[in-house]
Amino acid sequence: MTLLQQHAEAARTPSGPAVRISSVTKRFGAGPLVLDDVSLDVAPGEFVCLLGASGCGKSTLLNLVADLDQPTSGTVEVPGGRPALMFQEPALFPWLTAAQNVELALRLKGVAKKERRERAGQLLELVRLKDAGGKRVHELSGGMRQRVAMARALAQDSHVLLMDEPFAALDAITRDVLHEELVRIRESQSLTVLFVTHNVREAVRLGERVVLLSSRPGRVAKEYAVDIEQPRRIESPDVARLSVEITEDLRNEIRRHGGQS
Amino acid sequence: MSVFTTKRDEDLASLEAGLDALESHVETGPSRGRKLLGAAWPPLVALALLLLAWELAYRAGLKPTYALPSPADVGLKLWEQLRDGTLPSAMGTSLSRGGLGFLLALAIGTPLGLLIARVRPVRLGIGPIVSGLQSLPSVAWVPASIIFFGIGDAAIYAVVLLGAVPSIANGMVSGIDQVPPLYSRVGQVLGARGLSAARYVLLPAALPGYVGGLRQGWAFSWRSLMAAELIVNSPELGQGLGQLLDQGRFLSDMSLVFAGILGIFAVGIAVELLFFAPIERRVLRRRGLTGVRH
Repeated sequence: MTLLQQHAEAARTPSGPAVRISSVTKRFGAGPLVLDDVSLDVAPGEFVCLLGASGCGKSTLLNLVADLDQPTSGTVEVPGGRPALMFQEPALFPWLTAAQNVELALRLKGVAKKERRERAGQLLELVRLKDAGGKRVHELSGGMRQRVAMARALAQDSHVLLMDEPFAALDAITRDVLHEELVRIRESQSLTVLFVTHNVREAVRLGERVVLLSSRPGRVAKEYAVDIEQPRRIESPDVARLSVEITEDLRNEIRRHGGQS
Repeated sequence: MSVFTTKRDEDLASLEAGLDALESHVETGPSRGRKLLGAAWPPLVALALLLLAWELAYRAGLKPTYALPSPADVGLKLWEQLRDGTLPSAMGTSLSRGGLGFLLALAIGTPLGLLIARVRPVRLGIGPIVSGLQSLPSVAWVPASIIFFGIGDAAIYAVVLLGAVPSIANGMVSGIDQVPPLYSRVGQVLGARGLSAARYVLLPAALPGYVGGLRQGWAFSWRSLMAAELIVNSPELGQGLGQLLDQGRFLSDMSLVFAGILGIFAVGIAVELLFFAPIERRVLRRRGLTGVRH
């Protein structure tokens, strides 16, 4: 067992959280506060959705967890090692085929060539793109690209998956299918997911917990436990009921800003 | 890997397969041969019209024959020069000079471009100079090169390098500048650092701009070489196309001059079409950047 895997195993035991954000403050240069004293624990295997209007710093927070940026104060801990990150754009490399994109993630982890091919094939099968491995990125539809991006993220073999509005650019039908895919894959791989979105229904459709952030600066405003059993449907009455409640709170958060100006 | 057996999974799998099929479009279009044929005939018609106009001007006697020979005179001269080996040997000499000069420019321009693109002080200091050099006609360097190096190959190569290196360096810089920042972030998330980030992300992403720069670099090499050969001329140097042109001027042999121009044109076009165009097409096609195909 490699050190990384040991870390991952340790992170999965119930003792510690998979992600621990403690009193994080972020400010860019001399600009205004973007994040103000944000604390959040994500338990191993948990699916948490971060929800907020523009300017709530949700993407900034995700970048801190991904170690792409450093907090001004406070700490971010990910005991399982570098988390995987998916963006709104699939951001696949267009000079590579779908399979090569997945293999690149493995190669950068130091996986041997023969194993790379095999593992990439398995991951593409997991996202049901077994036969599309040889295709170029421009030959894939938006939904297929995002699934390849998911396979590439999973290739990092991290137990924590960060997602920054990954389905925002997709049409509603494709998005609905990918919601179901994500829930299925996350169950089969026992992943911890931190999912950023500004779509309330999407948050309720997917998350076990929804964290509402206020805007400018970003603070944790409220948390909601989503006690609806999977498989959920985005159009189900249970999802709608909780969405209405959260939307009301979100609107109240947004209203506060109108009064200030 | 798990085997999917539940009804729910099968339903989702078939739904997804249907969606993928609906959203993937099959690319169809005329075959390459037909497209090539379609692209070839308009310039051929234009060329025929041009020859016709030339012939008419010749017959009308607009200029004395030594200044305006007929197309047939030029054709005959061309054939003569081809048969006795003068033109092929001049083309070979020029092509090998141009090729060697281009390779040297490649070896200098590529690392220079990388330095300008990635090292901030170098970019701020040298970047504007290199961009500016691109707009300086390289023929302006010929007198300086002759004074500095004397009449010889060194003077010719110096002019070629001064013409081509800025193009290639600038191609590299713009190629790197056009890499979407998101690619670098993805590389970082995947664990690419330093050299591996350059090798697996930055350089492949910059390739289209770089290839464009190479193509332009060749055009500049070829032009600079002709300017240099026209002026840097001595019996000890091999006779290239530029020197052939100068000989034509010296002899007031307009047909020879035209034959030389046609030779220069042919080599420039041939290298462009047979070498650079396929490379560029390949790079762009792999990335789906060849435009919409219906």
